[in-house]
Amino acid sequence: MSAFRVEVRVMPRAALLDPQGQAVEHALHALGFGEVARVRMGKHLVFEVKAASRDEALDRARAMCDRLLANPVTEDYDLAVEGGAAR
Amino acid sequence: MKRVAVIVFPGSNCDAETLAAAHAAGSDAYFVWHRDTDLRQADVVILPGGFSYGDYLRSGAIARFSAIMGAVTEHARAGGAVLGICNGFQILCEAGLLPGGLMRNVRLRFLSRPVWVRVEQTDTPFTCLYEKGEVLEIPVAHGDGRYVVDSRTAAELEATNCVVWRYVRDNPNGSANEIAGVTNAARNVVGIMPHPERRNAPALGGQDGARVFHSMEARHATQHAVDVRAVDDRHLRV
Repeated sequence: MSAFRVEVRVMPRAALLDPQGQAVEHALHALGFGEVARVRMGKHLVFEVKAASRDEALDRARAMCDRLLANPVTEDYDLAVEGGAAR
Repeated sequence: MKRVAVIVFPGSNCDAETLAAAHAAGSDAYFVWHRDTDLRQADVVILPGGFSYGDYLRSGAIARFSAIMGAVTEHARAGGAVLGICNGFQILCEAGLLPGGLMRNVRLRFLSRPVWVRVEQTDTPFTCLYEKGEVLEIPVAHGDGRYVVDSRTAAELEATNCVVWRYVRDNPNGSANEIAGVTNAARNVVGIMPHPERRNAPALGGQDGARVFHSMEARHATQHAVDVRAVDDRHLRV
């Protein structure tokens, strides 16, 4: 068993309106960052998973995303696993 | 007299009003704590409004895995009536008992004010005493009330008459198709974003929400009448 560091990025689905992203974009424009466009705001989760292999850690993390961390109706996610010895 | 279980989650804050509204309609209503696993022979389950688990992660995402939700899901699958109000609606969506999801209001502001909804369907356990097309004034109090579904599911909801209430006059939160409440295909699970329990007596500024609770009491008594109505188009009133 080794510990793997998992990072999950959860974003509102591309087709859906993201009013928080829009509000941030307006604020950036107001501050003079006129070059900014298409701001979207999501969540970033970081946690540790104990697993026998990187693949197992990835599988478990994916299951966590599917069950709890992301809502497939409204959000997309991607994840990265680091650490441990390669299998 | 129906046995009505009002589920209390950590962060529920409309549980007392919901219990009172069910009592006022003549129900034998009682609280069930989220860590219980027994609905105690409930005929109807209500998930009340509030901010279960502080809305952490997503509204309803954590409450949906509470111990009691196994029994609620079983009750729903067996055809038992379930109503989710506001946060309860969010929990039912997260649990997959209702289609769609609820996201941050389109203009971000937390909305706490009366809205107007039209009753679109009267063949659910919570709307059978309304008339189709009636416009009700009921308050909302939510930050995450924008109902979201993919276009295919939205079309399906419309085609199968699963939109139960629709915002009229304005769409306060940017919901798809102005949807304020939906039911599942079996029509026993219903979710509504506004708070009918806050408008069930003249002293509360109106009683447009009262029949949501009277409907669940009338359900068995009017079952035949509802069936007949489909034939001769007669409507029932309180």
